[in-house]
Amino acid sequence: MRVLIPKSKPSKGAVGKTGLWRTSKPVVNHDKCIKCVICWAFCPETTIFRFQDNSVDIDYEYCKGCGVCANECPVNAIEMVED
Amino acid sequence: MTSIKQLPYEEYFLAGNGSCPGCGLTIGLRNVLKALGKEVYMVVPASCSSVVQSPFPNSSATVPLLNTPFAASAAAASGMVRALKVMGKDSVVMVWAGDGGTFDIGLATVSGAAERNEDLLYICYDNEAYMNTGGHRSSATPLGTFTGTTPTGKKENKKNIPLIMAAHGIPYVATASIAFITDLYDKILKAKDMKGFRYIQIFSPCTPGWLLPTEKSVESAKLAVQTGMYPLFEIENGIFKISAPSKAYLKKEKRKPLTDYFKLQGRFKHLKEEDIKLIEKWVDEISEEYASMDGKKVV
Repeated sequence: MRVLIPKSKPSKGAVGKTGLWRTSKPVVNHDKCIKCVICWAFCPETTIFRFQDNSVDIDYEYCKGCGVCANECPVNAIEMVED
Repeated sequence: MTSIKQLPYEEYFLAGNGSCPGCGLTIGLRNVLKALGKEVYMVVPASCSSVVQSPFPNSSATVPLLNTPFAASAAAASGMVRALKVMGKDSVVMVWAGDGGTFDIGLATVSGAAERNEDLLYICYDNEAYMNTGGHRSSATPLGTFTGTTPTGKKENKKNIPLIMAAHGIPYVATASIAFITDLYDKILKAKDMKGFRYIQIFSPCTPGWLLPTEKSVESAKLAVQTGMYPLFEIENGIFKISAPSKAYLKKEKRKPLTDYFKLQGRFKHLKEEDIKLIEKWVDEISEEYASMDGKKVV
């Protein structure tokens, strides 16, 4: 008899492309950015990439557009733009 | 003390999970998993995090994870610790439970595991109500809060679970907040290397449940500490110590006004002046009590 174990496998986008939930999107102004990576640390979605030189980029495929990054940015380098 | 830039690059919690925008839980879980690394076994009782992390057949967590019924998390984790011991593995077993599964429904097994001093790390993310089922009051809900089942404001105050857990005589108890991520990270690192039952409670705002704008979740968690609503401390082997982010706010004159914290959230909108005075009295009392306990052996 074959026994089925209800086991989930890790995968990105477990509930689908969550970027579709978004109404506004964060846009990083790289000239203003001081590379403090606060936005990366506080992103609830793991959608902010942090590069070796501490610059950041946003994964719009999964970003839900909550705006935490824009709110926490100490130099207002992230702006929320209507999507 | 770790700085934000020293946090590891590796992610163990993947994007595209089922959390609401601005969720405090995922900010906490992401950074907790960074501190614990790959060698961790998670146990999750029914809570928001069970919905967020594993819509079958996919999972957002990249570490082994067991979903359990509400009350069984600490008991299941106790068994897991023993099984790993028999297998000769030296991994951390972490329970990641909500406040409902810790303060109310799960308390019996949590207390049992603490009494046996099981070698596990119990983390409660505290969003101050049963948010997954629609925001009913729990015993973690503070005085005066609006929830689905307390439409005129809760009449009772929050249960002080960290001190109840400390009274079990366990080696480590701490409260942390998602707004002070490095403090949280350091507490997890400290707890990781300890043996015995370790309890950490993480303050994590819930944007739909608190009627909070999504971008304000970290800000409101910061204000909870700065207004004295959620003091951060640790009790290591019975010795009470106020954590660095809360230290300045034990004095009444340094604390921010409670209204700063309340005005962000819809769940406090109905509060009248006398209600705020009552909550302020509680904050004063608890801050004074903690200030008197600082640096002393309390258990």
